[in-house]
Amino acid sequence: MRTYLLTRLLIGLLTLVGMSLVIFVLMRIAPGDIVDMIFASAGYVDPAAKAEITKEIGLDQPIAVQYGRWLRDLVQGDLGKSYRYDLPAWQVIRPRIPISLELALLSMAVAVALGVPAGVLSAVRQDRSIDYLIRILSLAGLSMPSFWLGMVIILSLVWLLGWIPSLTYVSPLEDWKANLLQFLFPALAVGLRSSALIMRITRSALLEVLREDYIRTAYAKGQREWVVIWRHALRNAFLPVLTLLGIEFAFLIGGLVVTETVFNLPGVARFLVEAILWRDYPVVQNLVMFIAIIVIGMNLAVDLLYGWLDPRVRHA
Amino acid sequence: MAGSTRGCDMPERSGAFVCASARRAGDRASVLRRILRFCRAKPLGAAGGAIILTMLFMALGAEELATHDPVRTEPARTLDPPSAQHWLGTDYLGRDIYSRLVYGARVSLAVGLASTLLGSVLGGVIGLLSGYAGGSADLVAQRFMDILQGLPLLVLALVMSAALGPSVPNVVVAISVPIIPRAARIIRSSVLAIRESPYIEAARSLGVRHLRIAFRHILPNTIGPFMVLTTAQLGSAILVEAALSFLGLGVPEPFPSWGRMLSISAAEYAHKAPWIVLFPGAAISLAVFGTNLLGDALRDVLDPRLRQRMS
Repeated sequence: MRTYLLTRLLIGLLTLVGMSLVIFVLMRIAPGDIVDMIFASAGYVDPAAKAEITKEIGLDQPIAVQYGRWLRDLVQGDLGKSYRYDLPAWQVIRPRIPISLELALLSMAVAVALGVPAGVLSAVRQDRSIDYLIRILSLAGLSMPSFWLGMVIILSLVWLLGWIPSLTYVSPLEDWKANLLQFLFPALAVGLRSSALIMRITRSALLEVLREDYIRTAYAKGQREWVVIWRHALRNAFLPVLTLLGIEFAFLIGGLVVTETVFNLPGVARFLVEAILWRDYPVVQNLVMFIAIIVIGMNLAVDLLYGWLDPRVRHA
Repeated sequence: MAGSTRGCDMPERSGAFVCASARRAGDRASVLRRILRFCRAKPLGAAGGAIILTMLFMALGAEELATHDPVRTEPARTLDPPSAQHWLGTDYLGRDIYSRLVYGARVSLAVGLASTLLGSVLGGVIGLLSGYAGGSADLVAQRFMDILQGLPLLVLALVMSAALGPSVPNVVVAISVPIIPRAARIIRSSVLAIRESPYIEAARSLGVRHLRIAFRHILPNTIGPFMVLTTAQLGSAILVEAALSFLGLGVPEPFPSWGRMLSISAAEYAHKAPWIVLFPGAAISLAVFGTNLLGDALRDVLDPRLRQRMS
């Protein structure tokens, strides 16, 4: 187990170093550097001032030195400076993290609450009309762009209720009900896609488990159907679902990028888009690394959890 | 000896060798028969195929099907509701939404298809070679794929397209890169299974060169997973293009793409003129729905693991 853990950690670390190289190179290919961007709005450019800023940012150094410095700062927890806000990047990012985290967790909750029961129903009533209906609905859910779904949700709320959730961010500390109401609809827009995937994997995992002998035994004992399914079958069908949850949680970030924009929530994902549009590359670079750490950490966590939950995996 | 295998390169799955020349004669009829059989067995998949074909037809015949110039603005007719003249209404610049949808199919499908093919072919070749070679080459390739898969698809595409700058070829590259590791994984795993088959051993003992074995003997047998992969990825490529264009980092003006029609600036008019967001979004969803239906049906038919389980 310890060697397995060490190997996995090492591979994860290696992946992150590789990722940092890819991002660093990408940000160097990008047209226009930050200094140009800062001076583009000014009109008159004083070459001395420009040289000074270039030096301050460290762009006058060789590429390898720049990369080394970035990694060193990153390891020390220094995320650099946001040039758009003229503040340390961490100060701009930190208040946005809870917003994205809340949205991601709520989306996940929506996805599980919709996906697992739908998958169970679909598997238990395999090849009946309800199964076909759920499967077609889940495919439809996978087909809709989440940002469009968000727009449609807003439009339907206006049309049906003449009301929309607040488009300026409400902190849960001020008014948790308004906050929850505000986050529920974007969570629905993001979570629907994941719920479709969860439904599909729950269905196929459950179908496999339902053919096992011990399920027949449970029925033969005279157990009621819902006990057999929820207590005996689902427990063993849950591992693939859990794996998917881990992967999806990380990939939710992709959905957040657009949904936070549609619902005007000042989260990290939307900040990434803004930083890209403003060419605030130090911020982009660090945010992307941050996302990579979450994704890779999440995958690792799921694999370890898997071994912990399933003795068969642990001993293999 | 190597020459004698040349006419009969590809074994059928049953293990019997059928000569290529004999096969070719009955090819057209059997392809048609197979398509018909597929439609009967998988009506939903066939419906998905029909949706995609309709969209392709729309894209190819955009000049004939459009009623207006998709980029011409009409300041007097902004945000007109659907009418006899403008079937799906006009947008905030007075452009005809129906015509933009028809032309948009061209951009969205072309970008989707091109990036899917580019990503799947590159990933497929990497998967083929690394799976066949094995050893340290495989290990290095795998770790490299880990890196590309360490970011959500949209985030990687977003950063790529920002770095490359807005243009149609750059968007295609940006969307194709995240597809590479996914394609490589799938092709690699089927190569690993095929590599151990007796006919590969036979080819190797006949002294056939490695590259030839990989491309002529193994590659044709990965076509099933490859088709399943490309249909599944086509849907997600269309979605990523839409999201990139929505954020203003996708296909640049004046090309009307479906995602561009939903861009943030358009969204501001949505409450006054819902049709400007409803129709392009419905077009995206329908196209992706079609690829998903087809992809699922293809997977059921072509995935040998599923086929074994069913029989």
